[in-house]
Amino acid sequence: MGKRTNLFLLLGGGLTALMVGLALLGTFWTPYSPTAMGAGEKFAPPSLAHLLGTDNFGRDVFSRVLQGMGASLLIAACVVAIGCLAGTLVGCLCGYFGGPADYLLTRLCDAVTAFPSVLLALVIVSLAGRGTAQIVVALGILFIPSFARLVRGETARHRQANYIQSARLMGVSHGRILTAHILPNLWGVLGPGVVIGFNNAVLSEASMSFLGLGVQPPFPSLGSMLSDSQTYLQRAPWYALSAGMAIALLILGFSLLAEGLQRRRRA
Amino acid sequence: MKKRILALFLAVGVLSGLLGGCQEATPTDPIPSDTNGTSTQAPQKPAEIAVGIAQDLDDSLDPYHMTAAGTREVMFNVFEGLVKPDSRGNLVPAVAESYAISPDGLTYTFPLREGVTFHNGKECTFEDVLYSFQTCAADSVNSTVVAALSNVADISEGEGGVVITLTAPDPDFLSMAASVYIIPKDGTDQAAHPVGTGPFRFVSRSIQENVILERFDGYYGAKPALERVTYRIFEDGNALFTALNSGALDLVAHLTVDQVESLTNGYQVLEGTMNLVQAMYLNHAEAPFDSELVRQALCYAVDVDAMLALTADGHGTKVGSSMYPAFGKYFDPALADRYPHDVEKAKSLLAEAGYPDGFSFTLTVPSNYDPHVDTATVLVEQLKEVGVDAKLELVEWNTWLEDVYAGRNFQATLVGFDASTLTASAMLARWVTDNGKNMINYANPDYDSAYAAAQDPSHTEEEQTAYYKECLDILSRTAANVYLQDLADFVAVAPNLKGYEFYPLYVMDMSLLFFE
Repeated sequence: MGKRTNLFLLLGGGLTALMVGLALLGTFWTPYSPTAMGAGEKFAPPSLAHLLGTDNFGRDVFSRVLQGMGASLLIAACVVAIGCLAGTLVGCLCGYFGGPADYLLTRLCDAVTAFPSVLLALVIVSLAGRGTAQIVVALGILFIPSFARLVRGETARHRQANYIQSARLMGVSHGRILTAHILPNLWGVLGPGVVIGFNNAVLSEASMSFLGLGVQPPFPSLGSMLSDSQTYLQRAPWYALSAGMAIALLILGFSLLAEGLQRRRRA
Repeated sequence: MKKRILALFLAVGVLSGLLGGCQEATPTDPIPSDTNGTSTQAPQKPAEIAVGIAQDLDDSLDPYHMTAAGTREVMFNVFEGLVKPDSRGNLVPAVAESYAISPDGLTYTFPLREGVTFHNGKECTFEDVLYSFQTCAADSVNSTVVAALSNVADISEGEGGVVITLTAPDPDFLSMAASVYIIPKDGTDQAAHPVGTGPFRFVSRSIQENVILERFDGYYGAKPALERVTYRIFEDGNALFTALNSGALDLVAHLTVDQVESLTNGYQVLEGTMNLVQAMYLNHAEAPFDSELVRQALCYAVDVDAMLALTADGHGTKVGSSMYPAFGKYFDPALADRYPHDVEKAKSLLAEAGYPDGFSFTLTVPSNYDPHVDTATVLVEQLKEVGVDAKLELVEWNTWLEDVYAGRNFQATLVGFDASTLTASAMLARWVTDNGKNMINYANPDYDSAYAAAQDPSHTEEEQTAYYKECLDILSRTAANVYLQDLADFVAVAPNLKGYEFYPLYVMDMSLLFFE
């Protein structure tokens, strides 16, 4: 790659910044109230008054997409935070200390990964009930293994490195080695990992809401909007397109960003 | 989507499928007696049609074990009772030639019709009727019918047919008798090869694929114009709609207004109603719904017309009390206008009740049926205007049945109730104070006495009707629930297929259809 401009990083960063900016805007301000009915005509096509048209209740689709993106990103952030923190903790300890505990936890992570994540989340939600908090917890738990594996591998690699061995010989404590030496070296893998995690979390949240298990009406979510709009695909294609495009652009942004980060790391 | 609708019917109509009523504003063409062969179109289309249905008949084909409304809808063409309902909700003689009820209401005489044969070719006799009543009483999954049959003291042969004696008078007995389908006593396996006396005979069922009925040439009544009806099963609503729109199906019922709007194949669209009362049902045992003022305030706060415009392009019929329009005898359209949309009035009533700043409550809605969820979504917005904060909680159908319906553990819920038999009591008995199905804990002595008077056999039919109407008025006056609508039901029919009639119950009568 050399010194060539990292196009992925540029495009992905730009797109992500734009979408996240819009989502942030949506949490503070929307052109109309996202739940107000009759803000316009039912199924009004996109116009200056309603940038993305209106839905089956005459609600402004643009306002709903803005707020839906905000909700999706907030959930994704919480999910990634849970997954990343817990995953890093587990991964670090396992990778550094090894032993039977490492073996057990690694197998446990493998077992969790073996199930399709949406299926597992469905089970959790059907036990704990529907709602945003339940979705965050369910998806958060499911995101732990991927981070744990990533971090465990990296930690195990560093543990063998000469500088860690030297630190050990100098009598530095385990806790300090982990926090001061190993953790800072994890950013390289954690960075793209977090971005890909965001990517997956947005998708998972959208699938759960699509199935009616995530964000509950009347509050908008990209997934539930996509599900609702199915019925009106012919009558109001802009409804489904808006929600679908929002999801697609969010994910595209994160994917490009992750790819860009990885290329920069390799370069 | 279609599947959800059926799931709803399957469960709200958990009991049986006979609703009652009269008068339905639908196009009704008379059945031409000589349709066969008189078609003037050049290439004569064979008299067979394909009907799209949204669920397989996988509960049972046995007339006493059917539970799903969708199954009853099909098998209505195969089975008949001593009497059967017509499209206006009257009970007309079927296997019986006529019926007579003694003045004390205890003895029912049903002379049997001459020449009624089963689809297996055997003639229908008293023995078969006796066997059917006994089997139904012992076996039926329909608890309402079983309860009514436990009142039968004796079934004997006489007066050219069947004489049934009751231990106590039951004004609803005749409609219960219509639910007892007559089957042959040396019957085959009804669950796999149902045999009845109806205008169509069962030919085959292919799991998840189709059910085929053929005209029964030995039928005693007017011969159906159609020779063969194939019910094709599409469990996916979109697939069903695509098949309909491509012209592969001749008839599909229970379409939504959005599907109708999207239909481009030039089919006729007929509009009827679903025969249920959709309302926001309020738990009177929970504050603040124990206050009549609060309930009335909610009725004023809700704008049903606006809701209909948003959810169904204005289709649907306002009800105003626990009775739907197909029950023409009892339904009073004036009740629907008792609480016109009036935000100021609602606010002042709330203030009077001690909630000047409104209150918040949880509105529990089963998630399997979109129209109820849509209605609830609109109501939540409307209630905001008077400061009432309704929190929407979607639950699985089974959870709803357990917690809300059986457990009565809820504040408010939004569903539709239908009638399980062809009687007003099927709609009204549940609001009597100590009724087991009184989900909302409605307790009103006036209502109880009016209902008891309506059930008293010493009253004439006119007096009975008046008492039932009084019950409805009390429900409306005390704002027992926030009554909304009877949902619109759309049927798409091939352009040259005529004769479709809406019934006040969940059935499709194939014997009335003909090609023009």
